[in-house]
Amino acid sequence: MLCQECNQRDATVHFTKIINQEKTEYHLCDACARDTGDFMMKGNAGGFSFHNLLSGLLGFEQTGMPGFGAPGQQGQASAPVRCETCGLGYQQFVQVGRFGCADCYKHFSGKLEPMLRRIHGGATTHTGKFPRRTGGVIKLRQQLARLRQDMQEKISLEQFEEAAVIRDRIREMEGQIEQGGM
Amino acid sequence: MAVQDFLHDASRWMREDGPHSDIVISTRIRIARNLSDLPFPILMNDSQAEEITRRVADAVFSPEFQEKSGGSYEIIPLMNVPHVDRQALVEKYLISSSLVEHARRSAVALRDDEAVSIMINEEDHLRLQVLMPGLQLGAAWELATTIDDLLEAKLNYAFDEKYGYLTACPTNVGTGIRASVMLHLPALVVTQQINRVLSALGQVGLVVRGVHGEGTDAVGNLFQLSNQITLGQSEEEIIQSLESVARKIIEHEQQARQFLMEENREVIEDRIARSFGILAYARRLDSRESMQRLSDVRLGIDLGVIKGVSQNILKELMVMTQPAFMQKYSGTELAPGERDWRRADLVRERLRMDQGHI
Ligand SMILES: [Zn+2]
Ligand SMILES: [Zn+2]
Repeated sequence: MLCQECNQRDATVHFTKIINQEKTEYHLCDACARDTGDFMMKGNAGGFSFHNLLSGLLGFEQTGMPGFGAPGQQGQASAPVRCETCGLGYQQFVQVGRFGCADCYKHFSGKLEPMLRRIHGGATTHTGKFPRRTGGVIKLRQQLARLRQDMQEKISLEQFEEAAVIRDRIREMEGQIEQGGM
Repeated sequence: MAVQDFLHDASRWMREDGPHSDIVISTRIRIARNLSDLPFPILMNDSQAEEITRRVADAVFSPEFQEKSGGSYEIIPLMNVPHVDRQALVEKYLISSSLVEHARRSAVALRDDEAVSIMINEEDHLRLQVLMPGLQLGAAWELATTIDDLLEAKLNYAFDEKYGYLTACPTNVGTGIRASVMLHLPALVVTQQINRVLSALGQVGLVVRGVHGEGTDAVGNLFQLSNQITLGQSEEEIIQSLESVARKIIEHEQQARQFLMEENREVIEDRIARSFGILAYARRLDSRESMQRLSDVRLGIDLGVIKGVSQNILKELMVMTQPAFMQKYSGTELAPGERDWRRADLVRERLRMDQGHI
């Protein structure tokens, strides 16, 4: 089947758009499907867009759906609307579905958690690989946080000997982190 | 271009077999990485794009990388590649169509056997891809993480203690990994079990889609199974769950094939033989029909009904009958109507190379 847009390449993307119970079928090649997505993204109404699909996902929390709300209603108004590093506005991000720089994650952090939870099946924290060269200290710090928790637990259970063992390991790791230059 | 020449240049994933090659066409792992001090591609200017390409080139041509990355690499700015060859790289699955869209400033570092490609200035600064034949998720991840480490030795990645590797799109954040396997499942489709088998996947954070076409209408019975979630699971967990689901699907497909041969042998042999005959003699083939017939022929090879034809014919022709390769084969741009005639020529030429019989 040929792409209905360019009539040149084979259609590889097939989807059905339903608006007000009106069904429209699309059969597009990869290139035209992408163009269609980009075209729609630039604000032409009425169309289908892959980006909008994502935007729908991102914008979900804004409508205040129960269970996905931002932490506290008043927090929503005071949340930063622009990344200070790259200048990307939060609304722009919602439209495009792409961050502008690494710091966007920091500046939009208030809005990030519910969105990540929705995309990643409830998860908000990375548990995978760390960069070898720069990540060693980060990994130690995470282990340290876990050890401190364990120590508190032992103390609350009055298992002071175990707590002391953990405390020694904590000191040792703190030393390692200092040597790591952080 | 003759078919021989194409096969001479074919990527390793097309030339070689891998574990479970009768059902798993290929394994692909892609990981997304960004540099910490430059804006992501949507906001970067041309000189920043050049800067990224330069830094990646420095890393790739460093002695450590050259020594440990398993091959020799070439960095190709897409600007220097003719349109039809850019598209041919997409059709071989070596680069994404998004990289081609940004050809003005994108580049790719390609290993000589084409098992590794590092896309530069795609949606993220870096998209590292490993592509292998058959089911090789563990090996592909090993290679990907090794190359990732070699790059990270020279590049400062955008990484956050809580969120992991930071990516342009929040759907990739965390591990930045997208692992996938391409499966050929003709018997599950014929026996109408495919929906039941695939619908059980959604719950475990994996997605499946038709490679050409959608859902059960997957042209050529080819399905791509991949992870959807990149945050909150380690790379090993993601790969293990993908692997175990892939193995279950393989088992179902094998049972369905056995069922066909035991209960419906004549019907399936007739279907395979007809498709073999059409591919061997037809003068005109549209892409849909050629993929469906190829799927039948490949099943025929796997079931021992067709003898003397290479298993690889499906992968080879799946790539070679795409528009850019068709154009290279013909040596001229083709109108849509012409393409179907040339496609039939190409398929016949490839089939004649083997001494196939039933
Ligand atoms: Zn098109
Ligand atoms: Zn930013």
